[in-house]
Amino acid sequence: MSIKVYVPLDSGSVALGADDVASAIAAKASKTGADIKIVRNGSFGMYWLEPMVEVETPRGRIAYGPVSTDDIDALFDADFLAGGDHKLLRGRTQDIPFLKSQSRLTFQRCGIIDPVSLDDYRANEGLTGLENALKMTDAEIVKAVTDSGLRGRGGAGFPTGIKWNTVREAEASQKYIVCNADEGDSGTFADRMIMEGEPFVLIEGMIIAGLATGATKGYVYTRSEYPIAIDIMNEAIEVARDAGVLGDSVLGSGKAFDIEVRMGAGAYVCGEETSLLNSMEGKRGVVRAKPPLPALEGFLGRPTVVNNVISLCSVPVILEKGAEYYRDYGMGRSRGTIPIQIAGNVKHGGLYEVGFGLTLGEIVEQIGGGTASGRPIKAVQVGGPLGAYFPKELFDTPFDYEEFMKRDGLIGHAGVVVFDDTVDMMKQARFAMEFCAIESCGKCTPCRIGSVRGTEVVDKLERGEEPEVQIELLRDLCETMKFGSLCALGGFTPYPVLSALTHFPDDFKPRALDIAAE
Amino acid sequence: MSETTEDQNVRVAAICDQMAALEGPLLPILHEVQEEFGYIPDGALQTIAKKLNLSRAEVHGVASFYHDFREERAGKHVIKICRAEACQAMGADALGDQIRRHLKVDWSQTTADHKITLEPVFCLGLCACAPAAMVDGKLVGRVSADRILEKVGS
Repeated sequence: MSIKVYVPLDSGSVALGADDVASAIAAKASKTGADIKIVRNGSFGMYWLEPMVEVETPRGRIAYGPVSTDDIDALFDADFLAGGDHKLLRGRTQDIPFLKSQSRLTFQRCGIIDPVSLDDYRANEGLTGLENALKMTDAEIVKAVTDSGLRGRGGAGFPTGIKWNTVREAEASQKYIVCNADEGDSGTFADRMIMEGEPFVLIEGMIIAGLATGATKGYVYTRSEYPIAIDIMNEAIEVARDAGVLGDSVLGSGKAFDIEVRMGAGAYVCGEETSLLNSMEGKRGVVRAKPPLPALEGFLGRPTVVNNVISLCSVPVILEKGAEYYRDYGMGRSRGTIPIQIAGNVKHGGLYEVGFGLTLGEIVEQIGGGTASGRPIKAVQVGGPLGAYFPKELFDTPFDYEEFMKRDGLIGHAGVVVFDDTVDMMKQARFAMEFCAIESCGKCTPCRIGSVRGTEVVDKLERGEEPEVQIELLRDLCETMKFGSLCALGGFTPYPVLSALTHFPDDFKPRALDIAAE
Repeated sequence: MSETTEDQNVRVAAICDQMAALEGPLLPILHEVQEEFGYIPDGALQTIAKKLNLSRAEVHGVASFYHDFREERAGKHVIKICRAEACQAMGADALGDQIRRHLKVDWSQTTADHKITLEPVFCLGLCACAPAAMVDGKLVGRVSADRILEKVGS
C-alpha cells in the first residue's frame, strides 16, 4: 500500500515552489524505490509553512514545512515517510496551534481533501447539506439561511436569506445565481483558497441557492489573476456534471442546475455587483444605479442572486448542521464564522477561520505573531484598499461588522494587512486615491474626478504648499466622495485616506520642512 | 507574420461562431482572440462587432475598458508585479523601482528590444507570501528582483 504524501497545489504554495517540491519528491522516491502516492491538496492556509508537505502515518498526517527542493534528500534520510524527525517537522497537522484554535466550518475540508475528488468530498460529509435541501421546500431553505444570521461576506454584510427571498418571490422564466469571485481586495485570498482547495463546497452552495430561489443556472465570475483557481473550478464542475451533481437532474431529483466559470479582465470595479453583471453581459464594467436591485433585474435583466464565494460556501454547513449550529458562533449581529486573512508584513500570515468577536490586537499580535520584519506594528489596514488604517490604540476593536463601523472602519472581505513602523501613511493615503483613479469606472463624478484631485492635493501637501488649506480640502473632498459616489469604490476610498490622516497626523507634515530642518 | 488581414478575420470570425451561444459572449471572445494573437488586432473589432450585431465603437469601448486586453503585442516575456498594499508592506515599491531601473522601462512599457513587458497588477491573492509577481503566467511569492530577472534571462 503506497504512502500518501500531500503537496499543496494552492497558488500560494505553488508560488513558493510546491510544484518543484512535488517533482523532487517523486523523483527521489522512484530512485529509492519508495512506494508513495503524491496527492495535490489545497492549502490549510498557513503560508509561512508553505510549501507544507504532509505524510500519512498511523499517527495521523505529519507536517513538514516550509520545504524547498534542497531539503528533499535530508527528508528522505530522516525517514520522513514514516514521520521521522527533521528540523522542518511540525508534528501532526491537526495539532499545529494556528490550525487547532480555529473554528473551521466553511473551510472544514480545505487542505484535508484532494480538491477535485468528489469521493473525498463525500467521505467528509460533503453534499449532506444539499441532500437535506432537496428534502425541503424553497421557503424552508431560505428560512434556514435567514435564521443562521449569515450576512454577505463580500463586505456589504447584507443578510443572505433576505436577498434570496427577494429572488425566490420574483416571477421570471429564468433566474440566475452569480457567484462573485472577483476577489480584488489586497490582503484577501479566502475565495481563491477555497476555490482551489474545496471547489465542491462552492458548487454545493450554489446549487442550494438555486433550489431556494428557482434559479437553474449559475455563474462563477472570477479574476484573470487567478489562473489556478479557474482551472480547478472548471475541473470540479466537470466532475460534478459526470457524477450527476450538476445537470438536468441534481442527484436524481429532477431539478436542474448547471454552472459556468466566467473570467474577468483585470478591472477592480467589477467586484461591485452591478458592474460585475455588466461585465458578464459583455459590456464595460460600469456601475449601474440601484434600483432596480439585481435581485429583481440582474443578469440580462432577470432576477439574480449575486453572492460572494464565502457566503455561498457557508451555506452547505448551515443546511447540514442547522441554522442554530451556525448562529451560535459569533457576536452581536455578526453571526457565524469569518475567515480572517492575515497578510502583509506579518510573521504568521494565512487564513484563520473563527467566530466573530476576536479583537484586532489578538488577530495581528497573537495569531499573526507580529511583523515579519521584527519591527513594531504601526498600522493595520482592514478590508482591502477601501478599508481604514487602524493604529495600535484601536487594537481593542472586536472583529464585528458594527463594531468596525463605529470606529469609522469596515471589515470588508476580512483581509488584514499589517505594516511595520517604516510605513509612510501620507504615501498610503496618496496610493488610496491613485488606486481609485486607476480603477474608477468613470460613471460618477466624485469618484472619477475626486480621486485625481485627491492625489494632487496629497502631492501639494507633500511639497508643503499651504498645508492647512490642503488638509481642509482633502477632508472636504473625502466628504463629497463618501456621500456623492454611486458605489463603494468612490464611496469608501475616503476610509483609508481619512483614517491615515486622523490617526497618523505626524506623517502629513510637509516634507519640505523636514528637509530644511535637517 | 505574413498573415493577411483576411486570414486574421477568418480566425476571429471562427472564434465568434464558437462562442456565439454563450450568454454575454463578448468577454470570452476577447479573451480567446487575445489568446490566439497575443493582443486584440485592430481589425478584429470590426469582425466581432458584425458577428455580435454591435457597433465597432461598442466593442472598442469594452476592449479598452479592461486592463487585460492589449492593443499591441507584448514582449516575449511579461512580468507583472503586484503593487497593492499587502505587497507594499513587504517592499513591493522598492522591488518595482529596481526592476524598472534595470529594464529601463516604466510601468506598462516594453523594453526597446521588445523582449520584456513590465506591468503592474493589483493583487494576485498571494498577500501572505508578499511581495508577489507573475512571470510569463507563473506565480512567484516572496520574490526578489534578482529572481524575477533571472526567470526572464535579463
